[in-house]
Amino acid sequence: MLQQMDQVDIQLLRSDGSLTDEGRPIWDSISIEMKLHFHRWMVLARTFDRRSVILQRQGRIGTYAPLEGQEAAQVGSALALDREDWIFPTYREHGVAMIAGMPLDRILLYWMGRVEGNIAPEGVRVLPPYVPIATQLPQAMGAAWAAKLKGESSVTVAYFGDGATSEGDFHEALNFAGVFRLPCVFFCQNNHYAISVPFSRQSATPTVAEKSRAYNLPGVRVDGNDVLAVYHVMQEAVRRARRGEGATLIEAVTYRKGSHTTADDATRYREEEEVTDWVERRDPLTRLESLLIQEGLLTAGQVEECHDRCREEVDSAWKKAAKAEAPPPSHLFAHVYATLPAELKRQRAETEGRSYG
Amino acid sequence: MAELTLVQAIQDGLRTALQQDSRVVVLGEDVGKNGGVFRATEGLWKEFGDERVIDTPLAEAGIVGAAIGMAVNGLRPVAEIQFMGFIYPAFEQIITHAARLRTRTQGQRPASIVIRAPYGGGIRAPELHSDSTESLLVHTPGLKVVAPSTPYDAKGLLLAAIRDPDPVIYLEPMKLYRSVRQEVPAEDYEIPLGQARQVRKGDDLTVLTWGAMVPMVEKVAATWEQRGVYWDVLDLRSIYPLDEEAIICSVRKTGRVLIVHEAPKTGGVGAELTALIQEHAFLWLEAPITRVTGYDVPVPMFALEDDFRPNQGRIHQAAEKLIAF
Repeated sequence: MLQQMDQVDIQLLRSDGSLTDEGRPIWDSISIEMKLHFHRWMVLARTFDRRSVILQRQGRIGTYAPLEGQEAAQVGSALALDREDWIFPTYREHGVAMIAGMPLDRILLYWMGRVEGNIAPEGVRVLPPYVPIATQLPQAMGAAWAAKLKGESSVTVAYFGDGATSEGDFHEALNFAGVFRLPCVFFCQNNHYAISVPFSRQSATPTVAEKSRAYNLPGVRVDGNDVLAVYHVMQEAVRRARRGEGATLIEAVTYRKGSHTTADDATRYREEEEVTDWVERRDPLTRLESLLIQEGLLTAGQVEECHDRCREEVDSAWKKAAKAEAPPPSHLFAHVYATLPAELKRQRAETEGRSYG
Repeated sequence: MAELTLVQAIQDGLRTALQQDSRVVVLGEDVGKNGGVFRATEGLWKEFGDERVIDTPLAEAGIVGAAIGMAVNGLRPVAEIQFMGFIYPAFEQIITHAARLRTRTQGQRPASIVIRAPYGGGIRAPELHSDSTESLLVHTPGLKVVAPSTPYDAKGLLLAAIRDPDPVIYLEPMKLYRSVRQEVPAEDYEIPLGQARQVRKGDDLTVLTWGAMVPMVEKVAATWEQRGVYWDVLDLRSIYPLDEEAIICSVRKTGRVLIVHEAPKTGGVGAELTALIQEHAFLWLEAPITRVTGYDVPVPMFALEDDFRPNQGRIHQAAEKLIAF
C-alpha cells in the first residue's frame, strides 16, 4: 500500500529536502519571491489550521475540517492560478481560499456557522465550500464552458478528494470536459481516506490519474507533498487550458495528518506506522524549509520569524471574526429569492416580532 | 399573429430569448440537430449554432451542474430535461445547489437558470416518463416552479422565467403540447411569475388547477354553466410563488373550493393550497375543501393511465358534493 502510493509521475523535491535532477532546473527557474511565497503560505495555512482545531476544541467554532499535511498540494496549485481563474473548492481548501483572496477572518466566520463567511471580496472568484461530495465538479465544468463560449481566458479549477472519484458527478464532469475540450483543471488531493474508507475501497484502479484515459484527458500523478512539483504540473495544466487544449486531471498524492473533521477519530481506521511515516518522513513544510535553508534563501531564524508572523496574522483574524456582530433572525430571509414571496414576508415579519398580511 | 401549438410557442419563446440576449444558451439531450424529442427546439440549432444550442451527453446531473456553473460565470442557460421522470439524477444539483446558491453566496452568485421539463401523463408515454412531482420542487426554498397551460402563456412565462434572477423550473404539460392552438404574438412579451390566470368567472365554486388539468376543468365547468352554476376557475400558472391574492379573493367570493391536480394527493401542492386557504379564508368556507388528484400510487404504465389521472367524471362528482354540501 505504502509502496504503491509512493509511485508518482512527478517528484521534484525529495522527502529529505533535496532536489531531483529534473527538479533543479525547475527550481532555478522560479523567482525567489515565489519560493518565499510557497513557504509563507504553507506556514500560514498550517498555522490557521492548528489554531482552528484549537478553537473548535474550545467550543468557539463548529466542527472543522483540518488540512494539515495537504499544504503543499493546496499552496502549490493555488499559486499557479491567476486572479481571473475560478475556484470550486471542497470544505478543506482553506489554504487555496486564502491565496485566492478570501480573508482569514471570513474563512473563520464560515466555520463559526456564519453564511457571511462565504462572501468573496470583489473580484475573488472562489465559490463557497462544497459540502456534498463531487457536486462542484459539474459546476466547475460549466463555469469553464461559459468562459470558452464567451471567449475569455479564465481557467476553472475543481478541487476534490479521492472519495469524490467514486461519485457519478466525477464521471459526468470529466466526460463533458473531454467531449467539449473545456478549460478546466480537475485537481484531486488523494489524501488516502474518504473519512475511514481507504482509496483501495473507492476504486479498482490503483490511481486516480489513470482514470483520465477514459475521458481522453491527460492525467498526472504528482507528489502532493512536494510544493514545487505541484506548482509545476498545475502551471502546465493551466497553460494547456488557456491555450484551448482542454482539461487535465491532476492527482496530488498527499495525506491528511489528522482526522477527517474534528468530529472524527482517525485512530480507529489508520495504522500508526503509516501515520508516522507520512507525518515524520514526508512532511511538506519541513521538506521545503530544509531546501530553503540549504539554498541560503532563509535562515533558521527567519523561518521562525515567519511562523511568528503567521501566528500574529491568525490571531488578529480570529479577533476580528469573534467581534463580528451577530446577524438578526430576519437575516434568514435576506437572500433566498431576489424578491421575497408573500409567505416569506410573513415569516420574516414573525422573526421581527411583527405581523404582515 | 400566428396560431401556434403550445410546443411551438415554447420554441418561439426560446428563439426570442436567444435573439434578445447573447448570454442565453440552450443545452440538453437531443436539443440540437434533432430539435428535441418533442421538437421544442426545432430549427434553433441551425439558426444559432452549436455554441448556443448544445447537444450534451446523456447526463442529467451534468446538464444541470453545467448550467449552474455557466450561470455563475455570466451566462443565462436554459437546460432541458427530456422528461420530468428523468429529473431525479439532477435533484442533488437542483436542491443542494441551484436552490441555495443565492443564499449561500449572500446574493453574490445566484443560479439564474431555467430547467425545462415535460411532465404529466396522457400521451401514452413509456413507463417512468410521466411523473408530476412538482411538490418536491415547490417544497424546496429558493426555487420557482411554473407550468403553462396555453400557448400564449407558454411563451410569456418562458421569457419571464429566463429573465428571472432565480432558478425557475418550467414544467411543460406533455398532453397539451399539440392539443390546442392559439394566437401568439411574434414580439417579445412576458407573463409575470406569481400571477394566476382567470380562466372562467363565477360565484358558485372556486377551482384551482394548472397544467394539463386546465382544459379538462374548463370542459366540466361549461356543463355546469348550462345548469346555471358558475365556476371561478384559476389556472395558477405559477405553482411557486402562488398568487395568494387571486386565490383568497376567489375563495372569499365563492366559499367553496375544488383543487384539481395530476400529481398524487399526499403531500401534493393541493395540500399546501388547502392550508393556505384555511389560514386566510377559513370563515368564508361553506364546504370542506376538496381535492381531485392522481392516486397515491406510482404513475402507472399507460394501460391504467386514464384510471390514475383525474378525469371529467371525478371532477364532476366532486363538484356535485361540494355544491350540495
